[in-house]
Amino acid sequence: MTFTAEQLERAYRQMKTIREFEERLHVEIATGEIPGFTHLYSGQEAVAVGVCETLTDADYIASTHRGHGHCIAKGCDVLGMMKEIYGRADGLCKGKGGSMHIADFSRGMLGANAIVGGGPPLAVGAAIACRNAGNKAVSVAFGGDGSCNQGTVFEAMNLAVVLKVPAIFVFENNGYSEHTGADYSVGSKDIAGRSRGFGMPAEDVDGADFFAVYEAMQRAVAHAKAGKGPYTIVPLITRYFGHFEGDPQNYRAKDEVAQLRQTMDCLKRFRARVEADRSLPLSRLDAIDTEVLELIDRCVKEAKASPPPAESELTSDVYINY
Amino acid sequence: MPQLSMRDAINQALHQEMARDPRVIVLGEDVSGGAGGTSGEREAAGGIFGVTKGLLPKYGEQRVIDTPISESAIIGAAGGAALAGLRPVAEIMFADFVGVCLDQIYNQIAKFRYMFGGRTTCPVVIRTAMGAGMNMGAQHSQTMYPLLTAVPGLKIVIPSNAYDAKGLMLQAIRDDDPVVFFEHKALYPRKGEVPEGMYTIPFGEANLVREGEHATVVAIGRMVPFAEKALDALAKDGITCDLIDPRTTSPLDSDTIIESVEGTGRLIVIDESPPRCSVAADIVAIVTQAAFRSMKAAPRMVTAPHAPIPFAPALERAYVPGPQKIEAAIRAAVRE
Repeated sequence: MTFTAEQLERAYRQMKTIREFEERLHVEIATGEIPGFTHLYSGQEAVAVGVCETLTDADYIASTHRGHGHCIAKGCDVLGMMKEIYGRADGLCKGKGGSMHIADFSRGMLGANAIVGGGPPLAVGAAIACRNAGNKAVSVAFGGDGSCNQGTVFEAMNLAVVLKVPAIFVFENNGYSEHTGADYSVGSKDIAGRSRGFGMPAEDVDGADFFAVYEAMQRAVAHAKAGKGPYTIVPLITRYFGHFEGDPQNYRAKDEVAQLRQTMDCLKRFRARVEADRSLPLSRLDAIDTEVLELIDRCVKEAKASPPPAESELTSDVYINY
Repeated sequence: MPQLSMRDAINQALHQEMARDPRVIVLGEDVSGGAGGTSGEREAAGGIFGVTKGLLPKYGEQRVIDTPISESAIIGAAGGAALAGLRPVAEIMFADFVGVCLDQIYNQIAKFRYMFGGRTTCPVVIRTAMGAGMNMGAQHSQTMYPLLTAVPGLKIVIPSNAYDAKGLMLQAIRDDDPVVFFEHKALYPRKGEVPEGMYTIPFGEANLVREGEHATVVAIGRMVPFAEKALDALAKDGITCDLIDPRTTSPLDSDTIIESVEGTGRLIVIDESPPRCSVAADIVAIVTQAAFRSMKAAPRMVTAPHAPIPFAPALERAYVPGPQKIEAAIRAAVRE
């Protein structure tokens, strides 16, 4: 399949934005200025972007605790996200959500979710709405090798098959469920096989290859929009950081991450591909790199300068009326 | 005015609101029933208590959705559908099963609006059948509303009669916040006058069922008709009470209760749940803090014991606070 230069630039910009957003957070979190508990997505960018570049604002996604990449890929405002992670009044969720609870309903982004396995049932619900409106849009449930072991996810997959709704399950297998290896915690070692067991097509895909993810998603979206029901994609990928920031990662071999940063980097792979097929001059990508670094720098500066929420916000937004 | 059972009153509300608002869907186990069965009877159940009867033939399979036995998926799907613009009425067959899907109720739908900075609403109604009295044992008879009344973000509705049930259900579906609607199984067949037309009863407005002088009796759900029976008996001895049915435990119309206690000086709360961390204990705490100086006697609670619900009919009768226990408690309070 061929991509326009504009599509390629956009996909690269999205992946690079996620990468720099997360790498910068890793640095800023270490200063102690960012409160709470943060799970970074570095390394997995091609999955979020490969999936979301096949979607529009009419399509839904339900995200996870490692949700920054999904948010950016689905079009959430990056500055608003940064402010949210800093807990500021003008953050995307007024500073009430934080890193694990970013949502933007105008973008079909149904929220990051701090409960592993919390999102897939919600995604199936949005898929019911899509089905009832004629299967013109789809609903994607992001999860991983951790959530694929939750009963809620099994329930969601079965319900999606029974109701034949346009739900797409994306299980990002980054090798670790928190601090436990996926080769231990996934009994069958075959996440896609489980989805097939529920009665839907499923495919493994190279999660570091934007093009491979994008093409798999196109098959999934076509299947779902044809009224054939749900579909599963299992990207094999890695994360460059720990389960959460501060995780000493004693469960990983000493040089594992350093090696994977060389061999499993979606940005390098993307550059190599467009260089090889001459679809885009690398100078364009270099220019995007500079623009993204400037954007992230501005986001951090503005987030730090933003005010915290007023105490009066403590009890607002619990109900519409009470 | 037509006499309807509480079951039929809720059913009528569902029919009328589904006809009025195409965004309303109903989903749950056996809400129509019969899917995949061998009889060819597609609407074989209409809900095990018949509350969703007749919806499938009228509104079709896209809006009346029989689900697998998957409570987490039912509530999660209702939440996701609500975020995507529908107005789902999800059924959890027995309130006890809330335990299976608690995460989707209290971590997900209850918190979306707040966590996401007021950027969304999650207008889900969870209907569920509760209560003891039918010998269904420890896992099919609990009230469960104390647990969910404690969760910020949820509204909790507990109708005690057919008229209220219809008006509260219409309000619940139209309400933009998530609502859990507890239907007492023993009240389903109880008839009352229910207007044919549509009407709503606002949440957070208690019903002053009776006015009296000697005490304030607050009763919830099935305890309301039991308290009325007790008050009938007490009236023969000249004892009269305010009887207040909160109708919703969240929001709670504490003003009406406090005002009444300021007049009567005595408070007795009747609740079918066990006593600890209960709605009864909550009401006693709220009212005592506000009206302590008006009180002539210590507040009392008439509740189930701190025990699971037994099966044997004789034990279950002893478990549920009945009219006689209520009468005795009021008598003791008034004497004090």
